[in-house]
Amino acid sequence: MNDMTPEKSGKKERSKLAKWSRRGFIGAGVLAGGGLLIGIGVRPGNPIDKLAPKVAAGEGEQLVNSWVKIDADNVVTAIVPHCEMGQGAHSVLAQMLADELDADWDLVKVMQAPTDGSYIVSDTARMFAAPFTLNAANWIEPTWDGLFTQLGRSMDLMITGGSSSIRSTGQYSMRIAGAAARKMLVGAAADAWGVPSSEIVTRDSMLFHEASGKSATYAQFASAAAEQPMDATPVLKKAKQYRLMGKSKARTDIPAKVDGTAQFGIDAVPEGLDLSYAAVVRPPVPGTEVVRMDVGTAKQMPGVLQILNMGDHVAVVAESYWHAQQAANAISIEWSKPASPIRTMDDQYQVFAKALDEAGETGGEEAAARGDAQAALGNAATRIDAEYRVPYLAHAPMEPMNCTAHVEGGKCDIWTSTQVPLAARSEVAKALGMGADDITIHHPYLGGAFGRRLGAEYVAMAARVAKATGYPVKMIWSREEDTQKALYRDADTCRMRAGIDDGGRLVAFDSLFTQRHDPPEACVPAMYDIPNTSIRVAEAELHLPFQAWRSVDHSKQGFFIESFIDEAAHAAGADPLDFRLALLSEAPRHKAVLEKLAEISDWRGTRTEGTAKGVAIVESFGTIVGEVVEVDMSSGKPELVNVWAVCDAGYVMSPDGFRNQIEGGIVFGLTAALYGELDLEDGAIVQSNFHDYRMLRMDEMPEIEVAIINSGDVPIGGAGEPGLPPVAPALANAIFAATGDRKRTLPLAKQFT
Amino acid sequence: MASFILNGEPVSIDADPAMPILWVVREKAGLAGTKFGCGIAQCGACTVHLDGQPVRSCSTPVSMAEGREVTTIEGIAGPNDELTAVQEAWISEQVPQCGYCQSGQIMSATALLRDNPDPSDDDIDAAMSGNICRCGTYKRIRQAIKVAAGSAQPRNEEA
Repeated sequence: MNDMTPEKSGKKERSKLAKWSRRGFIGAGVLAGGGLLIGIGVRPGNPIDKLAPKVAAGEGEQLVNSWVKIDADNVVTAIVPHCEMGQGAHSVLAQMLADELDADWDLVKVMQAPTDGSYIVSDTARMFAAPFTLNAANWIEPTWDGLFTQLGRSMDLMITGGSSSIRSTGQYSMRIAGAAARKMLVGAAADAWGVPSSEIVTRDSMLFHEASGKSATYAQFASAAAEQPMDATPVLKKAKQYRLMGKSKARTDIPAKVDGTAQFGIDAVPEGLDLSYAAVVRPPVPGTEVVRMDVGTAKQMPGVLQILNMGDHVAVVAESYWHAQQAANAISIEWSKPASPIRTMDDQYQVFAKALDEAGETGGEEAAARGDAQAALGNAATRIDAEYRVPYLAHAPMEPMNCTAHVEGGKCDIWTSTQVPLAARSEVAKALGMGADDITIHHPYLGGAFGRRLGAEYVAMAARVAKATGYPVKMIWSREEDTQKALYRDADTCRMRAGIDDGGRLVAFDSLFTQRHDPPEACVPAMYDIPNTSIRVAEAELHLPFQAWRSVDHSKQGFFIESFIDEAAHAAGADPLDFRLALLSEAPRHKAVLEKLAEISDWRGTRTEGTAKGVAIVESFGTIVGEVVEVDMSSGKPELVNVWAVCDAGYVMSPDGFRNQIEGGIVFGLTAALYGELDLEDGAIVQSNFHDYRMLRMDEMPEIEVAIINSGDVPIGGAGEPGLPPVAPALANAIFAATGDRKRTLPLAKQFT
Repeated sequence: MASFILNGEPVSIDADPAMPILWVVREKAGLAGTKFGCGIAQCGACTVHLDGQPVRSCSTPVSMAEGREVTTIEGIAGPNDELTAVQEAWISEQVPQCGYCQSGQIMSATALLRDNPDPSDDDIDAAMSGNICRCGTYKRIRQAIKVAAGSAQPRNEEA
């Protein structure tokens, strides 16, 4: 990973793109049939010639790097390095590339880049490996806990996460690839026509020279363009020159998602393979293993082929998934004694409490500090203290974990929904004792992920089962396995203290909690001008295995911080929105978001009897989102009426897609705020399926209005996650406004029965 | 042997009579548009029509389909694969995100509009609350149903 070594250069005069391109590699090659292929990679050496056959082989192939392909029929193909899990990135990335290329949008196709070790999501890798080469500290996103580990271990950075597709891949690869390709096409035409490049105009995948009346399609100059010098720092368009960026183009993946033809991981039926199906039983308590297995009648059940004790799980292989699952349900398994003493959530919260008690008022690891919080708390005219709690949560994507694996002749093929195809490949290689080059990962659309599919343990499991049986096997987890034996959003307890002076100003803020994953700055209310701040972490053991969950630490810290700021506002006798505005003197974008939010939510208008509004604002993944939730408490239970969101992501590339993501983040956050909770009994998760792990449904939906502010001239922010963090605190704050009852523990619904 | 009409075609499939329709259509008939979500009729991802009525195919044994008509997402388009008004509305409103639940959503919505061409919000709530969308596209699903019903205008592209 030498080429990714962070470089602390003081050359601030260089543009960000120049820095990036200098470190990166841009190259061109010729495709069979005379097409042009352009790519950007971070590895030394030009990988294009090696890769050309892979991306040119057809639509069926998969995965990674940033490429554009121009075929002989003048079709431009954007080869996108990210998976499509519902975020709409495929289309938007193509829009960004096509805009810089001046391509005809009707002649643009999207293709997922092939899984190949030569490729990594270079720009994402760069954000992780060398974030400080970017000069905008507040939007850097060293997210996804697991990735840091993977980065150090193997650089397996083919990831889709961290709300990063558009703001990193789009901004730093797709646009450059498009602009560079355009420049090479212009250069080739200029040479052929004997005219200066500056006189050539490009439009709708055509080249024009007005003075001579010459014109040509891009395809006509595609192979000549490959001989042109590459410009690693092409001039990119300014916002006023955008033709496709900033427009809501219809998503290219949607038609297949309405006629049933979209292929998800679970739909894989590899040609020529006679699939068997596996159901699995995994340990109810994490880390335990099979001690004894009584297969009982399972072996004689119809369709059952094999029952395998895999040590860390039992696999039943059968002619159909349904038969496999029926047999799996009939097996009784004795599991080893768990090492963790945590048996219930009370135990887990006691573990947190002990760590917090030990850290006390000044201990723990300091995450951020400003002024002298302890002294300011002591001198404050008004002091408030509160303790907040959030539970463990499952990701519960609609497509349960599954993987199809075929091991034969020293090779392994994998079909699965994953956010991390290269990391999955490494895990399979390790599990099978094979070289990574012998493993091919095919990954179609993901039926949701939300961070869950950043973990790839299920992929390695399926590979092991396929190897053990000798058959090609499709392993599917039941919803119960998926809910109870997966990877989880962490639970935590947060203790907060605040001091308010005589003038009603928040002068001291202290928080102490036990779990800090990513992004590390999520726990810091940096936008607020609070003169004395202390943010501390007292690490404590988690019973359940962690995995990043949509917005990661912001999903907890948003609730802690924005609920407590609300408490401070009420303690100061101030309107919660005005109280925040007063603290945002140094944050004009945040202030503008709140002002717009006050306007669209009619914050200062008259209140309907029984209803009340709550506000919260969180900046995450480079996007500032303020939300107001209106709740109706007249029945004694929270009923959602309205959610207004105002978002400043700098510049939104596809407004409708952005709004869809924000709406989704709000619903995901409301589900967690109202219902999301996993209980433990004897160390095992109690909830098992959607009847007891409830999701928000159509009849509970509030009206949602999303407004966008393009403040411009700042690095652009993400869309997939930022809608989520403000909604839980805004709801709890609304409930307080309606009832005077401050809820400091999630979920909320069961507290109003 | 299970004999029924699948998307208009008579089929005879060698399947355990207790096997849910979901797995028969996915694994034996090769129609993967119908999705497995929960296995206990809680999420609606597996919704198909049995004699025109929406059922949760994960919890409906194929024996129940004997001699009857089963329609899946692959079977709702017109004779020349032209999309239905519901499918068109799903595109105009740009409803799907991950898309995994949408076959089931469309099957529920299709059945709703067949029985009730101009549904109210309450009607939509009643017909659609058995279908979970984890991506949270409910707002757009509601709008798309209204567009398909003709009671709302399609989204203006690029807005």
